[in-house]
Amino acid sequence: MARAVTTQHKTIATVAAWIVALLIFFPILYTIITSFKSEQEAIQGFALIPSGTFESYAEVQAQSGYFKFFFNSVLLSVGSTVLALLVAIPAAWSMAFSPTKRTKDILMWMLSTKMMPAVAVLFPIYLIFRDTGLLDSRIGLMVMLMLINLPIVVWMLYTYFREIPGEILEAARMDGASLWNEIVYVLTPMAVPGIASTMLLNIILAWNEAFWTIRLTTTEAAPLTAFISSFSSPQGLFWAKLSAASTLAIAPILIMGWFSQKQLVRGLTFGAVK
Amino acid sequence: MATQQTRSLARFMMAPSVVLLFVWMIVPLVITIWFSFQQYNPLNPIRDGFVGFSNYALFYSNPAFLQSILNTLILVISVLLITVIGGILLALLIDQPMWGQGIVRILVISPFFVMPPVAALVWKNMIMHPQYGVFADIARFFGAQPIDWFGQHPMTAIIIIVAWQWLPFATLILLTALQSLDGEQKEAAEMDGAGFISRFIYLTLPHMSRAITVVILIQTIFLLSVYAEILVTTNGGPGYASTNLPFLVYQKALLEFKIGQASAGGVIAVILANIVAFFAMRAVGKNLDK
Repeated sequence: MARAVTTQHKTIATVAAWIVALLIFFPILYTIITSFKSEQEAIQGFALIPSGTFESYAEVQAQSGYFKFFFNSVLLSVGSTVLALLVAIPAAWSMAFSPTKRTKDILMWMLSTKMMPAVAVLFPIYLIFRDTGLLDSRIGLMVMLMLINLPIVVWMLYTYFREIPGEILEAARMDGASLWNEIVYVLTPMAVPGIASTMLLNIILAWNEAFWTIRLTTTEAAPLTAFISSFSSPQGLFWAKLSAASTLAIAPILIMGWFSQKQLVRGLTFGAVK
Repeated sequence: MATQQTRSLARFMMAPSVVLLFVWMIVPLVITIWFSFQQYNPLNPIRDGFVGFSNYALFYSNPAFLQSILNTLILVISVLLITVIGGILLALLIDQPMWGQGIVRILVISPFFVMPPVAALVWKNMIMHPQYGVFADIARFFGAQPIDWFGQHPMTAIIIIVAWQWLPFATLILLTALQSLDGEQKEAAEMDGAGFISRFIYLTLPHMSRAITVVILIQTIFLLSVYAEILVTTNGGPGYASTNLPFLVYQKALLEFKIGQASAGGVIAVILANIVAFFAMRAVGKNLDK
């Protein structure tokens, strides 16, 4: 920079940014604090220091079997992401390395399926799920989440694969590498970081999906989104328990999210902003 | 140089994705369109049959319909205004040299990772509750009457919650764009005596314009289908005061079992989304050529 940044400027920026950041983070922070309060404490008015009890966490598990929902969330988000990767990797690979005139059209068309409002197909999907016995089944929901995120997965992988220099593949082919060897020994090592990033972002998206996961489940396959939504009925004031359940529901994904800021930008802007 | 063999292999590798997405897009949509011209009530099947456009007419004459379209647009536009303007300001602030920038970024981005039902319930119970919420505590501290957010201002309350969820996204994208701005250009502008405001208008804003477009388009896609936030806070009420189009379709289909009308609403939602999608695709498509 032409002029040195003054300490005063830096101090003002620091104070202002920290105040705004803490205000934005406050609802999450307050949820975590409240989760360590007792139910009486939770409604006694504003207090930032909890008594530090873990009873809400114990009660959430005891009353509702929290970990069943947690397990479903893990299974659905990881399972749907793996399924999506299995389908998307070959597609993205071929579009990145043997593009044709229609590649761009296919990519745009895939993106367009993402724009269909879920609610428009709610009843048909509900019927299909009911008639095939997939309602409230983990497999059905896993396929559903896979389909929802498939366009994003293909797109993200495509933008990563496109950055792998094609000459390397040419060289491998010249050396007589078979297609299988080409994929296993040349492409995979270079593609792993992109695949990992894609996986991370899509686990986050699947974990937080809150339309199909709520509407297509009742008890067996219900993940955390459905579990938390069940707290909306006003049966009394269970804020400490609600906070404990919420904290458990968002903590793993919050931490993963912090590590995936860059992938988030890339994945959700379809490579338009890097 | 793609040989015939690699070309057919490429087709084979793409087939699963293309077929899956095609089926996923076409089959349910065709069923929805078909139902939108039918009278169909799983609880009362006596009068089932083809009814032409009367579902659309019924949906249209339902006073909730116009209200829900209006609410959908109010929600989308308000949240866009708050997040884009707020996001630009926040990105400019975070881009300044400061201590602990990494932590500030993490704190600001966090709400985006909170699942919608949690976000909505936390705001409903702990922040905006008229008796025990933090806002009520603040109001009482200043001797004011606490506001009954979800009873009196349901749309405002939902807009605040949704904006809180999407402000981090806008900030992150805009900050990424801002940080890719060439430092030398900034320096040159400063040397020429350009003040902060004129630097912002003539240099920063044009540089960010593509990112702003992307933020608007992507948020619009998601904001058109806000659902969980309404379900767990107001349930669309009081009356239809906070019912948007997705929520109305859900009510018609799964609560009232008026499948025909719900499907007509679904088709309208598709048309609405397509208008937005048209512009979105053009913007993203342009980027592909680069």
